[in-house]
Amino acid sequence: MSRFRTPAGGRIDRAKALTFSFDGRSYSGFAGDTLAAALLSHGVHLVGRSFKYHRPRGVLGAGAEEPNALVRVVRDAARSTPNLRATQVELYDGLVAHSQNRWPSLAFDVGAVNDMLSPLFPAGFYYKTFMWPRKAWHSLYEPRIRAAAGLGEAPRGPDPDRYAQRFAHCDVLIVGTGPAGLAAAVAAGASGARVILCDEQAEMGGSLLDGRTAKIDGRAADRWLGETLSGLAQLPNVMLLPRTTAFGYFPHNNIGLCERLTDHLATLPADAPRERLWQVRAREVVLATGAIERPLVFPGNDRPGVMLASAARTYLNRYGVLVGSRVVVVAGSDAAYEAAFDLAAAGVTIEAIAETRSDANGPAAAAARQSGLPIRARATVLGTRGRLRVSSILLGEVLADGSVRRGATIPCDTVLMSGGFTPTVHLFSQSRGKLAWNAEQQVFVPGTSAESERSAGACRGVDGLLAALTDGAAAGAAAAQAAGRRATATSYSVEARDAGHSGSSGALPHAGTTPPPKAFVDFQHDVTTRDLALAMREGFESVEHIKRYTTAGMATDQGRTSNMNALGFVADAFGRSIPEVGLTTFRMPYTPVSFGILAGYARGDLFDPVRRTPTHSWAEAHGAVFEDVGLWKRARYFPAAGEDMHTTVARECKAVRGGCGIFDASTLGKIEVVGKDAATFMNRLYVNNWSSLAVGRSRYGILLRDDGFVYDDGVVARLADDRFHVTTTTGGAARVFALMEDYLQTEWTTLDCFITSTTEQWAVIAVQGPRAREVISPLVTDIDLSHAAMPHMSVAHGRICGVPMMLFRVSFTGELGFEINVPADYGRAVWEAVYDSGQSFAITPYGTEAMHVLRAEKGYIIVGQETDGTATPDDVGLSWAIGKTKPDFVGKRSLERPAMKNAGRKQLVGLLTENPAIVLDEGSQVVATAGQKVPMQMIGHVTSSYQSSVLGRSIALAMVAGGRARVGTTLYVPMPDGDIAVKVTAPVFYDTEGARLNG
Amino acid sequence: MASIANTETPAVGAKSWLRLQPAAARFSFRGNAAAQLVAGTAFGLPFPTNACRSATNSTRAALWLGPDEQLLLAAPSEAESLRAALETALASIPHSVVDVSHRQVALELRGPHAAWILNAGCPLDLDATAFPIGMCTRTVFAKTDIVLWRTATEHFHVEVWRSFTDYLVGMLREVAREVAG
Repeated sequence: MSRFRTPAGGRIDRAKALTFSFDGRSYSGFAGDTLAAALLSHGVHLVGRSFKYHRPRGVLGAGAEEPNALVRVVRDAARSTPNLRATQVELYDGLVAHSQNRWPSLAFDVGAVNDMLSPLFPAGFYYKTFMWPRKAWHSLYEPRIRAAAGLGEAPRGPDPDRYAQRFAHCDVLIVGTGPAGLAAAVAAGASGARVILCDEQAEMGGSLLDGRTAKIDGRAADRWLGETLSGLAQLPNVMLLPRTTAFGYFPHNNIGLCERLTDHLATLPADAPRERLWQVRAREVVLATGAIERPLVFPGNDRPGVMLASAARTYLNRYGVLVGSRVVVVAGSDAAYEAAFDLAAAGVTIEAIAETRSDANGPAAAAARQSGLPIRARATVLGTRGRLRVSSILLGEVLADGSVRRGATIPCDTVLMSGGFTPTVHLFSQSRGKLAWNAEQQVFVPGTSAESERSAGACRGVDGLLAALTDGAAAGAAAAQAAGRRATATSYSVEARDAGHSGSSGALPHAGTTPPPKAFVDFQHDVTTRDLALAMREGFESVEHIKRYTTAGMATDQGRTSNMNALGFVADAFGRSIPEVGLTTFRMPYTPVSFGILAGYARGDLFDPVRRTPTHSWAEAHGAVFEDVGLWKRARYFPAAGEDMHTTVARECKAVRGGCGIFDASTLGKIEVVGKDAATFMNRLYVNNWSSLAVGRSRYGILLRDDGFVYDDGVVARLADDRFHVTTTTGGAARVFALMEDYLQTEWTTLDCFITSTTEQWAVIAVQGPRAREVISPLVTDIDLSHAAMPHMSVAHGRICGVPMMLFRVSFTGELGFEINVPADYGRAVWEAVYDSGQSFAITPYGTEAMHVLRAEKGYIIVGQETDGTATPDDVGLSWAIGKTKPDFVGKRSLERPAMKNAGRKQLVGLLTENPAIVLDEGSQVVATAGQKVPMQMIGHVTSSYQSSVLGRSIALAMVAGGRARVGTTLYVPMPDGDIAVKVTAPVFYDTEGARLNG
Repeated sequence: MASIANTETPAVGAKSWLRLQPAAARFSFRGNAAAQLVAGTAFGLPFPTNACRSATNSTRAALWLGPDEQLLLAAPSEAESLRAALETALASIPHSVVDVSHRQVALELRGPHAAWILNAGCPLDLDATAFPIGMCTRTVFAKTDIVLWRTATEHFHVEVWRSFTDYLVGMLREVAREVAG
């Protein structure tokens, strides 16, 4: 038995002894312990070093409020979690934990020199101390500060654990399972409402787990708790989620829960996720989140052994752990007395109860006197002593005139303090509810709700067991009724002594005119009353500014133990009330959550959908190298053995120009536009004139945004009077569809026109090259493929290999070309049939890289490569496509603006380097004269640049100011090695008259 | 002339709770209430008029996806005759019928964990009281669009665009590792 463990009692399983290690030393504990409880059972209070001053720190609390006891838990080589609150780490056999923020050891930490140098680190020191020399900020100060700052050590390797995510709906979500939450669940559960009940702790029960003597409905509270929980668990409409923190309150009653599934287990089950993110959509929410005890602010209040009074009760009653043997209790509320009573009953010596309030004659004090506990009235604390653990406390006495007289020094190993309780309003505040000031209790409580939500119990200032049960039952019943159920609030009878809700905030009185140096307000960020006073002296008045300047309340504990004391201190100093000073904002997460649950399943192969075309597997089998285009995988090139990309692309281009190539164009977006008004719709949307497009023919279409700039392009075929087949760019498919739907639903609602995405209905096989017709004709039935019957830009329905086909005569290469559209399931088989048929013509599969070269040789633009969202159709040489007689189309009015007709706009031109071997860099700038100095006058940029195998030289496309007027002149592309001279040409390099299209 | 017997659809792999459904004829029907009335007669199955509800008979189904949108399902062999029947009946009525048979594939999830698995990526309330048998809707599962249709208490029919099938199946199987293996 460890020294500070009681011989019996508590909720731990004394039959299950566990061993664990802390900073390399082995300890024992019991199942049901937290790491903090197990350490305290061995008298270990020193568990960490503070953030800024590296002061020794001990366990302050017993739950989520803990600011000091942050540890790193290491499970194995790949699993290490920093900054866990030891008060919430469930003990398992073999657990390995380390303290943080110390070197070389917790007891001897070199960084503690900061404590002696603390005059150098006042609030905002980083704004002042490191101002000079200026250059040293980047090279010296910032790197050093960054290395010294931060708590804990992030794991370096990939996270081996799985994280689950889930959506859930319920009528009533109840957060917290103390008396209020349980009573709410009983009332809502009995109504038949779908209830989710969650609690951050492993064991449900909240404050009922910490009590000793209370009775509910004539039964010991402990028994009542067990019966209530098993009753709830049997209801099919109630789901209990222990180890589940409600960390975020999002709009429309969407609550984020983090359920911890395996961190408490000694052996990880195979395949089980570590944590689960729940996104719960609740009709009604009941917040029963309880309250957190406030520390008292006095010099040396951060020494190990100085703790919250309620935490001492929790350790004793729940874990059977005595926090010390000689205890001084500093009372700023009656709750402090409850700790004194419980500890005294367990045999602990209460050296003194220092009553810091003016009235030391309340019922609690009276009971203490009756028990013979020594009370010191009108007390304050002037300091504590002890290096790694408190060894004595120096009390003072507040005289009638308000001055402080030095009092007794009392040896002790533990100081318990209680400034009263702060309602936990984090979730309420996150929900944008308005807080109200409760002047009687001197706390903020939930005021006006912004969501379908209500608070119950201590989190809204309702203290005492009976009051909490009654309040919870009423809230649960009201929530169920609001969700459309019939519910009644159960009534309870209780025998318990309640501590009441008196309390204080701010700093205890001290001797002297300026605050003492080390009275801590924010333990985790090492913010003292001096820092707050300095901020106020320097002119900060808003609590938001004081918070940011001092960083009070900005640590990972979100100021759970510090906010109210900081407010109280500032209010006292300014002589204002706390509500006048205001309150800072609460933000999610309530307690830190792992990145893992936010990522969930979205990692590795499942990070994003990977879209593959129907012929993907064939390309893969033929050695294709793929590239990502949006979510699609597209074959970029098909290298033969030993070929690099350059050689491959040259070979693929040559094959298309000289014989026949086959290309997968399935990813192009396809939209079927159908209805009597389909042509009208297309006329209004695209720049082209669609009325003149005959059925069975197609046309290159351009779509602008309403600012007149090119948005998308693609071939559009008229399949019937009332039916168009619109193709879009691969990346533009979704946004073009959305734009169309937007116009149909909001602007042109009377048009008889419907759009349907058919991108994935069709596999599209482009067969391009002078032999294309010969390759496909043996496979095609029902279509006359002759040039007369099926000229360039025509479309026909027929069959290929017996399956239905929509055949386009179309070319993005400048060669005779067909695009075979077959229902997607047939795609691969038809592709293989075409490939087989093309063998005698050396048919060659080619990828997007060769496609880019082939189209650039013809001066065909790619939206997003030649255009950048600021190019008009005329800029890229496409004004011929605009239907001049149309009354309107999207973007038409913008094109009429003078700036859009400026002859000096950037225009698409071709560039030929004087040295044909030089391939320009895409994106490089174009200047008018050689030898310019930086900054040069840039007149354009290269948009596409390739080595053309058919031309035997490099080619480039560029957008150049007034480019068309510069054809024939020489411009320069400045590069680090010197200017490259280029001749401006028309953007069509090959077959300028387009004869090959009509092969 | 070559002819095609073999078709290729995305692979799902055999799982007791997850199956790829056989090929089907699918049409996206668009049209107002009057058009839907006529089309329902031609389809041999009145279109559902209640939001997010389906109508079925032994060989066909109509799924309400929007006030003017129905997804029609039939046997693959009926595709051509069905299209012809619809176009004939609706010759003078504004409408749109587009063949999307190959655009998407259908999966069936079945078993006691089916709704649980779907709720890992689908934000809807799939409780039988909120999403009863016969209910259908366009929704999302994680990062992909789906059409979700409850055909029995523990059966869900899921339609997904074919190139998203690998992703959807991968996600479903990852989720199901906890419950169904």
